[in-house]
Amino acid sequence: MTITDSPVDNGVNVQALLGAREALSAAPQAAQFTWRASCTWRNGTHSHSTVAGFSGLGAEQRHRTEYEFDVDHPECFASEDKGATPTEIVLVGLVGCLTAGVAAVAQYRGIQLRSVTATIEGQMNVLGILGADPDIRNGFEAITVRFAIDADASRDDLQALIAQSQKRSAVFDIVTNPTKVLVELA
Amino acid sequence: MIKTTAVIVGAGHAGLAMSRRLTERSIDHVVLERGEVANSWRTQRWPSLRLLTPNWQTRLPGHDYAGDDPDGFMPAADVAATLTGYARLVGAPVRTATTVHTVRAAPQGFEIHANDDVLRARAVVLATGACNLPAIPGVADAVPPSIMTLTPLAYRDPGQLPDGGALVVGASATGVQLAGEIHRSGRPVTLAVGEHVRLPRTYRGRDIFWWLEATGLLAERYDQIDDLTRARHLPSPQLTGTPQATMTDLNTLAARGVRIVGRLGRITDGVAQFSGSLANTCALADLKMNRFLNRADEWAAASGLHGELPPPHRFAPTRVDPRSPLELDLRSGEITTVLWATGFRPDHSWLDIPVRDRTGHIRHDGGVVTRAPGLYLLGMPVLRTRASTYIHGAAADSEALAGHLRSFLSSRRRWIPQARPSSLITG
Repeated sequence: MTITDSPVDNGVNVQALLGAREALSAAPQAAQFTWRASCTWRNGTHSHSTVAGFSGLGAEQRHRTEYEFDVDHPECFASEDKGATPTEIVLVGLVGCLTAGVAAVAQYRGIQLRSVTATIEGQMNVLGILGADPDIRNGFEAITVRFAIDADASRDDLQALIAQSQKRSAVFDIVTNPTKVLVELA
Repeated sequence: MIKTTAVIVGAGHAGLAMSRRLTERSIDHVVLERGEVANSWRTQRWPSLRLLTPNWQTRLPGHDYAGDDPDGFMPAADVAATLTGYARLVGAPVRTATTVHTVRAAPQGFEIHANDDVLRARAVVLATGACNLPAIPGVADAVPPSIMTLTPLAYRDPGQLPDGGALVVGASATGVQLAGEIHRSGRPVTLAVGEHVRLPRTYRGRDIFWWLEATGLLAERYDQIDDLTRARHLPSPQLTGTPQATMTDLNTLAARGVRIVGRLGRITDGVAQFSGSLANTCALADLKMNRFLNRADEWAAASGLHGELPPPHRFAPTRVDPRSPLELDLRSGEITTVLWATGFRPDHSWLDIPVRDRTGHIRHDGGVVTRAPGLYLLGMPVLRTRASTYIHGAAADSEALAGHLRSFLSSRRRWIPQARPSSLITG
């Protein structure tokens, strides 16, 4: 496969990703990453989170800049609506991860993308979080993602694109599989 | 101390094929076998198991299938009988009931401890197979103790299971076959499905293995495969060696009442949790199957067979029940058995030579263990080609490795007398 000669450009450096896969397979300790966020309560259901540093490649790393997130709930929950709900941020994380995957897989497979848009919906019965019905879970009952992709590729190829993107997605795995979560007092 | 030129460990199809290749080259050798010839086929396979490959394809060096049912599929007992006949045919010097305890490096070769004997050999061929031990996920530790757990190596028939429901974990050939058999016994089966390979038993009137061979897929070499690690760890296709040639995919099982759930993720307080990725897992398998069927149709058209064969068609997509549960309470009494159809791994624990990678697999280049000259690996999935996974693949693999082994022996013969300081300097 001659990726470097490919005229396809989705802005993804596949060569670098393949190089990283090879290098990290040889040095597995460098492949251990820790992602972090810090959160400060403001008032009511409003909190402010930042992400800046993470560790990986055997060293401490930093984003180019610090990113900020306001999290709150809408007014119909008697909140001030100073930011997206945490559940919406989960949806943003999932659809962002899948979209990045679509671009990367398309680049690798030589598919030029013209546009990719996606909508994501998560259905939730809030009787769960309100503690009103023990049989209803807190989280999403189901999540639906719908991709609209304009590209020089058959429908089968695009199906394969979104399937492979799910297969390689961290957030898709996080959402679909159980993860051990430990919450403790500092 | 017994001295020989080569030692083959394991008298299964691979070890016997290698024995034949060494005999052809007049290379003195012995085959060490812990039990009888084809031991795994006698002692570690459930009786209803048949080969996934049709009889006509069960070719070994110097031996083609000559029975009256070329399109049938051999039961495990017939495989054992075939291999026993083959060992006689090729005059393989097999030492049965000989367990290898250690293989280690020694001056000019290897030292093999087997039973109470010590053997010295210049070359060793590891042919003990890929399926010696069950690969059981760590989550197995959390299964409530009231539940019977077993692996396919211990499974014989549904009669050994308690009444009640069974959770079969894994949807390879083993998983779908045992799920079907256990379900037919009246024990309701839940099948936990991770990544899997869906293929029809027949397509356009021909067996799928005919297609896999004809299109050249099985001949694809290990050094030309894009993601070799993945290819070597792919689950076996969801096929059954049935004379009736029916499909044994998830749709078939679901139609019979088997409950299909996602990959088993975790068991917390006795509650099994399944992945929500089932729909994508099935979509990936459908896409992969259709890519192969497209390739088959293109090959048929290019080779002028298109008109002779029934027309192309596609199979219904895998139906995923949106109500498929994400949780199953293993303490409720509904499930009485968990069967780990989660794959197998080889057992080379007796190999005392540092040739493993960080995941414990033997590093090799198409069966040549380059870090330990004279050491060879045979009878493993996608060892040299995709055919290596199946019995007939040992024919070409043993030919290639026996050729390498002979060159190794003759190069050593030339090298040792020349290995003086003066020649090292000029070299």
